Parts: sequence; structure tokens; C-alpha cells
Amino acid sequence: MSVQPNAPEGAEPTQFAFDAESEQQIATILAKYPPERKASGVLPLLYVVQKQMGRQTGSAWIPRVAMDVVAERLEMAPIRVYEVATFYLMFNTKPIGRYHLQVCTTTSCWLRGSDDVTAACKAATGIRAFGETSSDGLFTLTEVECLGACANAPILQVDDDYYEDLDGPRTIELIEALKRGERPTPGPTIDRLNSAPAGGRKVLVEDAAQKPQGQG
Amino acid sequence: MVKVTVDGIPVEVPAGSSALQACEAAGKEIPRFCYHERLSVAGNCRMCLVEVSGGRKPVASCGFPIGDGMQIFTDTEVVRRARRAVMEFLLINHPLDCPICDQGGECDLQDQAFGYGADHSRYRENKRAVTDKYLGPLVKTVMTRCIQCTRCIRFSTEIAGVPELGGISRGENLEITNYVEKALTSELSGNLIDICPVGALTSQPYAFTARSWELRRTDSIDVCDAVGTNIVMHARGAAVLRIVPRINDEVNEEWLSDKGRFVVDGFRRRRLDRPWVRVDGRLQPAGWQDAFATIATRLKSVPGERIGAIAGDMCDAESMMALKDLMGTLGSSNIDCRQDGAKYDMSRRDFYTFNSGIAGIEDADALLIVGSIPRQEAPVLNARIRKRFLAAGRGGFPIGMIGAPNADPTYTAEVLGAGPDTLAELADGKLAFADVLKNAEKPMVILGHGALTRPDGQAIAKACWDLAVQVGAITPDWHGFNVLHTAASRVAGLDLGLVPGPKGRDVAGMLDGGVDVLWLLGADEFATDRIGPETFVIYQGHHGDAGAARADVILPGTLYAEKPGTYTNTEGRVQEAFRAIMPPGDAREDWRILRAFSEVVGRKLPYDTIEALRARMVRANPAFGVAWARHGTSDMTPPQAGTVIMSSDPFHPVIADYYLTHAMCRASPTMETCSGIYVRPAIAAE
Repeated sequence: MSVQPNAPEGAEPTQFAFDAESEQQIATILAKYPPERKASGVLPLLYVVQKQMGRQTGSAWIPRVAMDVVAERLEMAPIRVYEVATFYLMFNTKPIGRYHLQVCTTTSCWLRGSDDVTAACKAATGIRAFGETSSDGLFTLTEVECLGACANAPILQVDDDYYEDLDGPRTIELIEALKRGERPTPGPTIDRLNSAPAGGRKVLVEDAAQKPQGQG
Repeated sequence: MVKVTVDGIPVEVPAGSSALQACEAAGKEIPRFCYHERLSVAGNCRMCLVEVSGGRKPVASCGFPIGDGMQIFTDTEVVRRARRAVMEFLLINHPLDCPICDQGGECDLQDQAFGYGADHSRYRENKRAVTDKYLGPLVKTVMTRCIQCTRCIRFSTEIAGVPELGGISRGENLEITNYVEKALTSELSGNLIDICPVGALTSQPYAFTARSWELRRTDSIDVCDAVGTNIVMHARGAAVLRIVPRINDEVNEEWLSDKGRFVVDGFRRRRLDRPWVRVDGRLQPAGWQDAFATIATRLKSVPGERIGAIAGDMCDAESMMALKDLMGTLGSSNIDCRQDGAKYDMSRRDFYTFNSGIAGIEDADALLIVGSIPRQEAPVLNARIRKRFLAAGRGGFPIGMIGAPNADPTYTAEVLGAGPDTLAELADGKLAFADVLKNAEKPMVILGHGALTRPDGQAIAKACWDLAVQVGAITPDWHGFNVLHTAASRVAGLDLGLVPGPKGRDVAGMLDGGVDVLWLLGADEFATDRIGPETFVIYQGHHGDAGAARADVILPGTLYAEKPGTYTNTEGRVQEAFRAIMPPGDAREDWRILRAFSEVVGRKLPYDTIEALRARMVRANPAFGVAWARHGTSDMTPPQAGTVIMSSDPFHPVIADYYLTHAMCRASPTMETCSGIYVRPAIAAE
């Protein structure tokens, strides 16, 4: 995997300013740190930037001008912000599609069929390889490491939402829904609650009969 | 002190030392890449692994704190194997381009691979390639060679105070970069070249010039500023190819300013390599005897009081002594070494030196800077201020500045005001900073030439002294009154008394026809266009600059690399430089020129050897014969206030363009490039 930290020529906006919604979030974030240690707020602030870019442009990424704004706000050297932003793969340092498809291909997901999910993503979006954005600008496909939801493997994370227990057809269904502008409910795509057994409880069923299912 | 044993050798080291320091104390060399004595510990190269008693696995000695009775083993089979493994990892991605790498021959990785490297590689995969970064005109990058030791990041952040370098991305993709394709804005960027253990950061102007083993090394002293940085001239044949710093913890630690390092390509350009005599308005090449005869003829009809001499900013003490003696024998007291017109009370040496000492900055606990921008006037000294600032922690070393700098000073300084009025307010206790100085145990006042070159310079100096006395900066153990000079020759010139005699004329007095014959010893930094049209000008120096352009006779002298010389830095520390190369053409050592000329006019100077001349210097001022030491004083008598009363004009910076402050750097293409990149855009933007 090769990381190209800089945005392609022309994609970089010339300026960035926090909007009212972001300012409100920043006030909440910075209240958590003593003023002389406010540099600690760099991670949450970068998220604020990424979200705002997503709201404003439909592409949730962090342009360099925005990192400079964060640096200025937190009174730290710009390079320290660049270091953080490029270190964490959750921050996109170049423009992405409207939906960020993040396929987990680590062991559990891979054993449970993440290859099918990947293939489905590619087929449904026309993307050829990880790291690419579809020609309609809607999707960017990224390969990610373990998302920590192995019990529900395989996983596809769309922006911040986990879609679990996927297979090829259900992945295509999901992507088609996204294309239509819908947001299917996150979580398992099969008949189970969170990581509870498929088809309902298998043990303590007497207890389950007394209580409505789903309060576990 | 803590007792530890290193390979069976018992050593005592201060508590809080690292295992690596203990090993060094025991005389054991520990291989390392990321660890550097003057930088914070990163512990990421893992080359310095050692075994510690009771430990189950090898530890990185650079960051491992010692404990009492600890046994350290630096040469066991486990250690050797561990280091070999680290080396193998480092070499996975390091290119095998040593034959075309400028670091070859002085490369830590090369040297240590010799000790710990395998004879072949077990890796068949492609090596990683990294795009080169632009860091400005001085530092060349070949980032594929980078082993991510992060020394450069730590240097720029901690020492240089310009946090512009960083490591972006992660893991195998980690790259050292400034991210924004912009030249590093530091006057100390050349030190990155020294600090890089591999060939990732090398010298741009020196690229592919020579191999380190071809070079002849000569100890010298930098003359580009008044810090007196200890340097080594690396020469091959007739040319100095590069200049690197030499460690002196009292002065420069191991840093060198960019000007002092990269001025070297000005050594051979625009040189005066033969005497010239102006005939019918045009300079004609001449022989030494012709040139001397021309001057002697002209001098015959001139009385002593119509002869004057000005010494430049880069002169060695020997030539200034000879110039003063020559003027004395000619009956002239018109002599001056203060081209910038600075005023000092010379009755006591501590009125015009940096008395706390450069290393003394680390003991100070409050600092007031008056009319000076240390970052430009003395970058290495500025690094010391920053070191103290960082060591003291948040608010531990309050710094006040009078006269706002036009660049970030690299530390947090409170700008108290713009001119001498602020000084008066401090003395009256009207500013909060006055209490800061008063409450400090060892406060310092640095007085710069932004103040001293003004007509009211002496009044400001007295005010500063008075303030220093008032806040308790001058005691028998601590001398907090400091003058920061900008000219390397200045303190020696003042020590030797190169100032006008009772009826003598100073630089301004010698201009506009004040004298009939004017001898310029490497003097270019004054208004040469104001020399009277009838004045006969002799220029003795090394570069064809402002002084030579106006001269009627040019005597080719030598620059600091070409002569043995004595230089006194701003502290008053007398240091000796040695000859690295021979002067070009007919150029001669400056004191020898003056000595030879004195014979032509029949007033032979009484010394034939440099030893005799140095003995004369010691007689003129015993300071040349004693080693410098930090000192205090109990004599609180202030310097003379002069005749001009303090005005309220704001201080102005004395350096307009850091990269072009003297004839040598004006002849240097590298300095010219730097000026074009760093200074002119800034001036244009204002």
C-alpha cells in the first residue's frame, strides 16, 4: 500500500474556515483541555474538519489549508498537525467519494468472505482497486485493518456505519441503496441482533420467553 | 552519583544518566543513529542495544535509566546478534549507493555496517523509494537514504526553533518532510547536514565536490559574526572546500551558522590577487614595489594628522596591531575599527564585552535584549538562548525585548517597547518586567548594535548598565551586562585601541575630505561614497568590494583561511585560527604587508615574526595573553554617557540582509541565492 499524502493538483481548496456547527463542537472539545495543553485537541479537531468538509462538499477529507487552520487554532506548528493527520488512516488527506467504503480484510473477515464483499464493491461501483474513487464520484473503496467486529465478519464500514455479516449479494444491495440516496440501518444484514446468535437466542430460552427479545 | 559496572569496569555517573552515558563514561563506544548528545532521546533506531543484569532481553541504552549497582554488558553474543539484526533491518531499504553518496567516508551507517553488517542481503524484495524533498538552497536531500532516526526533526524543533520538519505517514511509509515544499527558515539549517547520520541530508553547494578522506583539516575561527564559532576548514589543494563546526561547549557547542558554513564559495571569487595602482583614473596591475612606492611618494607631502586608517569587520588582531603601530609611526592618531560608528566607553573591558559568557546564558534566569536581534546577529548564540529557554520550562526564563524583531526570535519574548523610552520605564519600575529582572537571581542584559550605533549609543549603554546594577545583574560572581557585537574584529580592535586618539578623527571624521590619505584594512561596510574626492585611498584586503572600487592603490591581503590569526569574540575570548590554504597570486599576510611597507617609508615596525607581533599585542593589552574566564565585578561605576542625550527614536535592526553582510558573502553565489530566497521576498512583501 502506498500512501500519497498530498492532494492531487487542483483539488486543494485555497481556504478553509470552520462553520457555526463546527465552532460549537470545537468549543465543547477544547473545554476538556487546559488552555496551555490545547494541542491535545488535534485529533478531535481534525475529525471536525473532516465532517465539515463532508457536509459542505460531499467529500469528507482534510485539505492542507484546514490543517493550517487547526494548527493556528491550537497554537501548534503546522507540521505537527500534518504528522497527526497523515499518521491516522481514518483521516483522508485527499478527496474521497461521497461514501467511503471501508472493507475489512483482516483474518476473521477474510475467512468469512471479505473477498466476496470486496468483489461486490468493485462490481457495484466500477472501482478497480483499493484507494480508487468511482467515476461517478460517489464511492471510494479502501482496504482497512481489523475493525474490531470480528463476531460479525465480514464487515463493510460506510463512513462511520458498520454493515455486518455481509456477503456478495447483500453488499451489492447495500451499495445500490446508497446510490439511490438511502441509508439502510447499520448493523447485521442477517437475522440477528448485534452479535447475538442468528435467528434469536439459543440458550436461556425460558428466560427469553418472559422478556421481549432484544433487550439483551 | 550512581555506581554501575560496564563490562566489569566500575564507573560513577550522575543519577538520571542513561545506560549509554554510563558506557561512554567507561570508555565503551556504543553504536547509535538516533541518539545525539544535544537532542532529546528518541530511542527509535535500536542500534544502541546493550544487556543489563537481570534483564531478559537487550535494552536500548540511550533511553534506559541506570540504577545503582547495575551491570551493563556491551559486548556479549546477545548484544552483537541484536545489533546485527538491527543493522539488517536498517539496510533492508537503504540503497547501496555509497559510491555516489556524498556522505561516503563519513557515514555513521557505513561505519557501523562495517562492524555489524552482514556480507550479503537476505532480501530479494524491491527497496523502498522516497521522493526527495525541497528544504532550500543549502540542504540537499536524497530521502531514499533516510533511516528515520528523526535527528533532523528534533534539531529543527529543539535547537533551531523552527518546527518545520516532521515525519508524515506511518510505518514503512514514514517520510521526513516539511510537507510544504518550502525552504527551511533557519540560520542554522546547515547543521542538519552534520547531524544526519546517513547521506539523506547533505550539503547542496558541496555536492559531489570531494571525498572526506581527501581533505586536509585545519582549525580556524569563524569571522562572519562575533560569536567566534570554532570551525574546521576542509581543504584540498589550494581551495577550502567546506567549513564544518568544531565542538567547543563554551562557545558554539557543535553548531555553526549558515553564513559561516556556506560563505566558503566566496573565498575564490572577486579576489584581489595582485597589487593595483590607479593611473589616470584607471586601476592598473602593478608590482608590490610599485604599489609601495606610489603610496610612499604620496605620503611624503602629507602630515601625520592628515593620514587616517579604518580597520574592517573581519580583520585578525595581528594586522590591526600592525596597522595601529604603522599609523603611530606615521604620526597619525586617526584610526578606527568601528565602521558602523558604534560608541563604547573603552575605559573598562567589561563595558564592551559579553561578560556573562555564551555558556553563561544557561545560568541566567531572566533576559533583557536591547536593540539587538540575536537570531540574525549571532545565530549560534541565539540557539543558546533558546536552549536556556527550553531548559527552564514554561515561563522559567522570561525574555524581554526592546526593539521588535522582524523575524520570530525562536523563543517566546515579550516585546516591551520600541526604543530607549522603554529602558527608562524599566528603570522607573513602571513595567512589570522590571520586577521580573529584579526578582531574578542572575538577570542578563544584552545590548546590541541597534542601540550602540546610534548617536545616543553611549547614553543607552549607560542606561543599560544602570538598569543592570539596579536589578542586581552585576555582582562579584555574576556579570549580567553584555554587549553583543556583530563584527568579528571589533573586540580585538577595541582591546588594541584602534580608536581615534585625543585629537584623532573617527570614521565619520575621516570621510568628506577629513584626511588626505586613507588606509582601509578590509573596510567595506561604511559609506565609501562619502570619502572625499581628493582623498588618496589605499585598500588592503582580500575582496574587490566597495573599498577596493574606490581605492587608488590596492594591496592584496588574505582572508581568515589563508593566515594564522587571533580573533577575539564578543565575550572577549581570544582564539587562534591557523592557516588552511595559501593566499592566491601575489596576496600576502596582512601584517606582513604592513611590516614590509613600514620599511619602505623608513619606519620599520619592530617585529619580524608573528610571535614577536603577538608579544607586542600582549604588551598592548594583557587580555591577549590570558585565557578567558567568566567573571563578576564589584565595581559598579557606569560607563560614560557621552554627550548626546537619549532620544526616543525606535531601535532599528543593524542587519538588513543576514546573508550579505560582508565582502566575502557578497562574493559567494550560495549566499546570493539564499538572499534571493529568504530575504528579498520578505523585503518585497513589506
